[in-house]
Amino acid sequence: MSSFRRATGRMRAFFTGQRLDEELDAELAAHIDLAVDDYVERGMTREEARRCAMIEFGGVQQAREQQREARGLMSLDILLQDLKYTLRTLGRDPGFTTVAVLILALAIGANIAVFSVVNTLMLRPLPFPNAQQLLWIAPPPTKCGLSCATYSTDAYDEFRIGSRSYQDVTGYFAFSSPDNLSLKLGSAPVTATSIDVIANFFQLLGVQPTMGRVFRAEDARNSASPVILLSNAWWKRQFNADPNIVGKAFDINGHQTTVIGVLPASFDFGAVFAPGTKVDAITPLNLYGPPRDWGNIITMIGRLKPGVSLAQAREDADRVAPTMCWNNKRPDSCGSYAEHKGVGGVVPVPLKDYIGGKLRRALVVLWFAVGAILLIACVNLSNLLLARAAARSKEFAMRGALGASRGRIVRQLLTESLVLSCAGAGFGLLLAIVLVQWLAHQGAIALPLLSTLRIDGASLGWTVFIAVFAAVLFGFMPGLRMAGGNLQESLKDTSAGSGQSRKHERVRSILVVSEVALACMLLVGAGLLLRSFMHVLDVDLGFQPDRAAAVKVEYNDSVPGDKTGDLSTQKRSVIFQQILSRVSAIPGVEAAGFVDYLPLSQNRSWGLPFPRGVKAPENLDGPLVYVVTPGYIRAMGTRLRGRDFAWSDGPKGEQVVMINESYARFLAAYTHWPNNDAVGQVITNDPKNDPKNDLKVIGVVDDVHEENVDGDAGWQIYYPATQASPAGAQLVVRTTLPPATLATSVLRTLRDLNPKQPIAEFRPIQSIVDHANSPRRFFMLLVASFAGLGLLLAALGIYGVISYTVTRQTQEIGIRMALGASASIVERQVLVSTLRLALIGVFLGAFASLATAKLIASLLFATSPWDGATYLAMAIALLAVAALSGYIPARRASRISPMVALRAN
Amino acid sequence: MPPSKLDLLQGTLDLMVLQTLTAMGSLHGYGIARRIEQVSGNQVLLNQGTIYASLVRLEQRGWIKSEWGTSGNNRKAKFYSITKAGRRQLAADARHWERLTGVMDRVFGRSKEADEALGESENPA
Repeated sequence: MSSFRRATGRMRAFFTGQRLDEELDAELAAHIDLAVDDYVERGMTREEARRCAMIEFGGVQQAREQQREARGLMSLDILLQDLKYTLRTLGRDPGFTTVAVLILALAIGANIAVFSVVNTLMLRPLPFPNAQQLLWIAPPPTKCGLSCATYSTDAYDEFRIGSRSYQDVTGYFAFSSPDNLSLKLGSAPVTATSIDVIANFFQLLGVQPTMGRVFRAEDARNSASPVILLSNAWWKRQFNADPNIVGKAFDINGHQTTVIGVLPASFDFGAVFAPGTKVDAITPLNLYGPPRDWGNIITMIGRLKPGVSLAQAREDADRVAPTMCWNNKRPDSCGSYAEHKGVGGVVPVPLKDYIGGKLRRALVVLWFAVGAILLIACVNLSNLLLARAAARSKEFAMRGALGASRGRIVRQLLTESLVLSCAGAGFGLLLAIVLVQWLAHQGAIALPLLSTLRIDGASLGWTVFIAVFAAVLFGFMPGLRMAGGNLQESLKDTSAGSGQSRKHERVRSILVVSEVALACMLLVGAGLLLRSFMHVLDVDLGFQPDRAAAVKVEYNDSVPGDKTGDLSTQKRSVIFQQILSRVSAIPGVEAAGFVDYLPLSQNRSWGLPFPRGVKAPENLDGPLVYVVTPGYIRAMGTRLRGRDFAWSDGPKGEQVVMINESYARFLAAYTHWPNNDAVGQVITNDPKNDPKNDLKVIGVVDDVHEENVDGDAGWQIYYPATQASPAGAQLVVRTTLPPATLATSVLRTLRDLNPKQPIAEFRPIQSIVDHANSPRRFFMLLVASFAGLGLLLAALGIYGVISYTVTRQTQEIGIRMALGASASIVERQVLVSTLRLALIGVFLGAFASLATAKLIASLLFATSPWDGATYLAMAIALLAVAALSGYIPARRASRISPMVALRAN
Repeated sequence: MPPSKLDLLQGTLDLMVLQTLTAMGSLHGYGIARRIEQVSGNQVLLNQGTIYASLVRLEQRGWIKSEWGTSGNNRKAKFYSITKAGRRQLAADARHWERLTGVMDRVFGRSKEADEALGESENPA
C-alpha cells in the first residue's frame, strides 16, 4: 500500500516538479533562518551564525538534488535532460543529422514495407472471420492444369454431404474467363469479369455485403431470375457509387439481371483467389443446371467445425474420397478421386498456405535482404557516430572530469542514437506508407492479397522494434568507446594527428569491411535473381509474344432445335470465318485466328487420347485442350510440322487434331510409328476403339508454355473449332505494325460484324507473358533496389572512413610531401588503402554468399547459385564503386600543400 | 568536525525522524535535525540537508504529514507530524530494530564466550 502511494506520489511529483522545487527552496531558506536565529541567540554575530548554519546544513545543492531524487522519477528527469541536450547538439550539426536520418529512413522504410508484405502474406490471418478454419480442398498439383485441380458438381455434393469435419463446403466455378460479362448501359456494351460461386460462398467465408444481401439457395435454382453482386470497386467505378443500386436491373449478357447487393471494399475475390486479376462481380452458380455435365469445374473451400484439426479433416477426406463420383450417371467414374499417383486425390490444406505458401521462400529472401540493408545502415551510422565521437572526445572527457559517471555518458550517447533512429523511423514510416500504398494499387502484379496491403498495428509495432534495435546496434559501440576513453589522454590530446585515434581507425575499418561484405552479399543475390530473370525472358515460349495481340470476341452460335450440335458448329464456323477474313484484310494484319484459352491464362483437359489399340497406362493426366480455328497457330507464331486445320475440316469430315512435340514423343514411345513421327497417325479417346471416334494427327506443334514461363511445358492437344466446341473466343492477330496501332480498326471491324460486340481490351500477348512473369520481376526489382541501396550506403561508408583518415593524416601527408613524395604517390597510397578495405570486404562477402546461396537456389531459374560470372561481375562493380568513393579523398590528399598542412594545428 | 562520528546506516535516518516526531509532536525540518543531533549526543554524522530527502520519502509513504506554520520566533516553516500509519510503521520498525540489535549483541557476546571456552580447552588444568 505504502509503496503504491509512494509510486503515485513520485509520479505526481514528476509532473508538478516546478512547484515542489519552489516549496523546497522556501523550506530550506526557513531552515537556514531558524539555524541562524539559534546561533544568534547563543551570542554569535549574524555573519558568524550564518556561516555555522551553512556548515551544519551541508551542501544546499546536494540536499536539493537528494530530495528531488527521493521524490520524483529521476530516470525520467535525466531522460528529459538528455533529450533536450541531444536535440541541441543535433541541431548544431544539421549536415550529420540529415545524412543520419536519411540513411535510417531509407533502411527502416524498406524494412517496414517488406514487413507489411510479409505480414499480409504470411503472418496475418486472411481477411475473413476465423480464417484459420478455412481449408482449400484440391487434388495435389498435376500437369494437366485446372481440370485436375477441380471437382465435378456431383463430387462436390458427395463431399459436402459425406464429410463430417466441416461446418459447410462451398466452391466457385474455376473456368470463368476474363471479360465474360457484357453489360448494356448505353450504346456500346461494357465488359466486366464475373465469377460464378456456389450460393453459400459468402455465408461460409463470413463476408457481409455493404448493401443489400448475398446469395440465397434459391438464387442458384433452375429458372431463378438472374441476380448479381457487385464488387465495391466496380460499383464505384461503373455505377458512380449509386446508393440506390440495389434492386435495379441491367441487361447483362442479354438477360435482365437484378443487382442484389454490393460487396465490401475489404473483399477482393481476385486478391485472394486469382492474384493479379480483377473481378468486378459475383454471380450464383447453378449446380443443377448445365454445369452438371461439365466435368471438373469446381474448386472447393471448406470451413472446419470448431475443434476439428487438419489431420482429422485429411482422414475424413480420405474416407469420403472413394465415394465421390465424377458423374453419378457413370458408376465407373466413382472413386476416381480416391487416389492420385499414390496420394489422396482430395487433400485439404489451410487456405492461407494455398494462397501464400509458394511465396514463402521469396518473402524470406526479401526479409533477409532488408535485414542486410538495416545492418549496413547501422554500420554506417556507427561509423558516422564514431567520427563524431572522436571530434567530441574532449567534451566527454570534460564531462567525465566534472563528475559524470560512465553510465551517464553512455546513456547520453544512447539517447542520441535513439533520437536519431526515432526520427529515421518516423520518416521511414512515411516512406513505407507511400510504398505500401503504391504496391497495393499494383493490380497487375500477380501476387495474392496485394490489394489488402496496409500499415497496421503489427507494422507499427515492428517499426518501434526496428527503431530501438537499430539505435542500440549503432549507438552502443561508439557509446562504449567514448565513455571508456582515458580522460587525461583526451584532454591532453590536442591535435588530430596524435594519441588514441589509431585504435579508433581500426574499429572503423572493421565496420567498413563488414559493410562492404554485406553489400556484396546483397549484390550477388540481386545479380543471381537478375540473371535468372534474363534467362526467363529468353525462354522459348513456343509462341512469339511480340507483335501479337488478343481480343475477346462475342458470338452467338446457338441454333434452335439443334440436337447433335452440328448445326451450331456449322454456324460458328461461318461466323469465325467471316470475322477472320474481314480482320485479315485490315492492312498490317499478318495472320489471325481464334482460340478459346490463351496460353498462360486458363486451361482444361479432356481425357488422354492414345494410339489406336494401345492401352493407356492408368493414372495419367491428359493433355491440355485448346480449341482453335485455322490461322491461330500462325497468328501465335508457333512452329508447325504437318498441316494446319482447314475450314473444310467440318463436323461431318474426318476428325483431326494437332498435338505438341512433348505429347507426340510420349505417345511414340508406346507404339511403332515410322520415324517416331506422329503426323498422319491416328489416336483415340475411346477405349472401345470405335473408328467413329478416331482422331487423326495432322500436325505436331512446338511445346507452348501454357501455365508458367519458368516451368516445363506439358502435353497439349489442339481441336478444330469447326469440329469441337470452344469455351469462348479470343481473336489473336499477328501484325506487322505495333499491335496497339491496330486496336481501333480491329475493334471497329468486330463491331461492324456484330453490334453486340462489347468494348473489350485489345491485349498485347506480351502483356500476358509479362503478367505471368510479374512476381519474378517484382522480387527481382525489389532485391535489386535493395542491393543498389546497400551499394550506395557502402560507398558512403568507404568515403567517410577514407575521408576521415585523410583529414587525420593531413600533417603526416604534408611532411611526406615536404620530404619529396609526389602527389600521385600520395593519391595512389590512399586509393590502395581504400581498395584493400574493399577487397577484404568483397572476399568475405563472396564467401558468405557462397555459403548462403542455397537459400535463394529455389528462386533461381537456369542459374546456378554459385554462378561465377555473377560473382565476378558483382565483385568488379563493388570494387569500382569503392575506388570511386576513395578517389575523392585521395584527390584531396594529393592536393595538400605541405606548408599549409605543417602550419595547421 | 571530529572524525569519529557515526555514518548512518541506510534507513536509520527515516526511523530516527519518525521517533523524533513521535516524541516531539509537530516539528520543522531544522528542529528535527537539531533534535537528532542532540539526542545522539552529537554522535551521528548528519548533514542537516539530508533529512529533506528522508522527509519527502516518509511523506510520500503517508507516514508523516506536513503543513506550513509559524515557529516560536515568528518564522514561516513547514511543520511535520507523524500519522497513524507512521506510528504503526514506527512500532514495527522499532521491533525489527530491537531484534536486530539483540541478535548483534548475542553474536558479539557469544563470540566472546566462545573465545574464552576455546582458551580454556587449549589450556587443560
